[in-house]
Amino acid sequence: MSAMEKLNGKVWKFGDDISTDHIAPGRLFHLRTNLPEMAKHVLEDADPEFASKMSVGDFVVGARNFGLGSSREHAPRIIKLAGVSAVLAKSFARIFFRNAINVGLPVLECDTDQIDQGDELEVDLGAGVVKDVTKGIELTFTPLPPAMVKILTDGGLVDHYKKHGRIAVDDV
Amino acid sequence: MGLTLSEKILTKKNKGARAGEIVIVEVDVAAAQDGTGPLSIEQIEELGGKVANPAKTIFFIDHAAPSPRSELSNAHQTIRAFAAASGAQLSDINEGIIHQRLVESFVSPGDVVVGADSHTCMSGGLGAFATGMGSTDIAIAMVSGKTWMKIPETFRIVVGGEFQQGVGAKDLILYLIGKIGADGATYKALEFGGEAVLNMDLPDRLTIANMTVEAGAKAGLFPSDEKTRRFLASLGREADWQELRADPDAEYERVYEIDLSALEPMVAAPPTVDNTKTAAEAAGVELDQVFIGSCTNGRIEELRVAAKILRGREKHAGVRLIVTPASRQVYIQAAKEGLLEDLVEAGAIITGPGCGVCVGVHGGILGDGEVCLGTSNRNFQGRMGNPKAEVYLGSPATAAASALAGKIVDPREI
Repeated sequence: MSAMEKLNGKVWKFGDDISTDHIAPGRLFHLRTNLPEMAKHVLEDADPEFASKMSVGDFVVGARNFGLGSSREHAPRIIKLAGVSAVLAKSFARIFFRNAINVGLPVLECDTDQIDQGDELEVDLGAGVVKDVTKGIELTFTPLPPAMVKILTDGGLVDHYKKHGRIAVDDV
Repeated sequence: MGLTLSEKILTKKNKGARAGEIVIVEVDVAAAQDGTGPLSIEQIEELGGKVANPAKTIFFIDHAAPSPRSELSNAHQTIRAFAAASGAQLSDINEGIIHQRLVESFVSPGDVVVGADSHTCMSGGLGAFATGMGSTDIAIAMVSGKTWMKIPETFRIVVGGEFQQGVGAKDLILYLIGKIGADGATYKALEFGGEAVLNMDLPDRLTIANMTVEAGAKAGLFPSDEKTRRFLASLGREADWQELRADPDAEYERVYEIDLSALEPMVAAPPTVDNTKTAAEAAGVELDQVFIGSCTNGRIEELRVAAKILRGREKHAGVRLIVTPASRQVYIQAAKEGLLEDLVEAGAIITGPGCGVCVGVHGGILGDGEVCLGTSNRNFQGRMGNPKAEVYLGSPATAAASALAGKIVDPREI
């Protein structure tokens, strides 16, 4: 993916403290080596119908401390596999945030209190702007640290490593 | 200005770097488990299949041990085959939980430890910089022997006073998480110091370090001192010890002071770990299951506490009591001391060492509407295998006492 991409879609709104257990629960542990199947259950414990209701390109919008809990990278991977174009939240848990960048899922920190369920959003990743078309408002999101921009624009950490032959975030 | 523990460890080869700066650090120990390892292996294979430091690259089969399903058995085959081909270390189903095994056999004070498991921070109890990451970060760490990170700013936790009877390390860390909040220490390191910490034995330090991630922290660190030396000596690893302390003039972003003499038995009510109250406040919540185990509280010292309370008594008829030693070593010791007999006579079922109960993979999955009190580290919705069940967290003493009562009690009342 390119960090300059523009994204359009509808909002699926979630509350505070959406954990990796909500996104990819332990009872689906046996699907960790079958992510397309696991993606059919994404966020199931926060909204049992989410995977069937959402459309490709839609946004997951959380509130505070999105992705807290486990290091399971399967969580951002199945959000991405399900077709979610980005996750927006007021704040993210550390490991989830880093995992999302590593697997190429855009994660944007902004004031999601102003965004409601069903709103249409346009996100300009390059300009750092979230436009809520439904409400006619614009929000800015916290820019990613340069190291993470580099990993994201390289296509995730594995492609970054292949491209540079090393972890090359010390010179950004 | 002096250095925090994190700064000391992360600047071993990056002299002069300070909190807030991004560094590329050499990794001493890299680990993954059966839930996260297969994804790491897939990416290592994509990068050529070789690991930089096979002796300190370890795969633990603990989350589904022994395997309850064929899909997981197949994932275990992948791990075993990769370990054999790459020379990486394998800790198979009989050995125990990743974090307990790491401190028993692999991690030394001053090490940089990365693991594809969020509770990797437990090794901070030994004076290591240990942090959890995802499978991809761990794959790159295994292949290159390096990782990148921002040196975290540090909150210093100064602990004074002495634990009252019936109160312990689990109560302290639950209290602290309640105070800081589940995201209050995001990106930060928590560094523990003060008189009570210097007097604290390693098992308690490990319990505390284990749960620092529940306040959002990147790492939780203790000094490496005489207590650490003795702990490593008890494992036959005294040669791995080195003294390590923060500088007296290190710079801290924030300081919390806790007086143990005022601390009470604590529980975390569902659905977040910072939803803490005293056990007395939660008293009376009826329980269907009590779980004593996990990387947080499955050590021999914790089984002794539970067995002492349960010895010669019978658990409440309405409660299932599950006990999981954290490792093979703990299991053997508990057998030698007669603790397993005490616990089984009191009505407990003992499982093999592993993570299955705590993480909701197998063994002890809750039914709809059921309530469990666990000595584990997470109480999120669905954590123990069922989104329609609830999990409370407490200490081994609170768990044992509550198993007798069939409901949550303050252990000082038993």
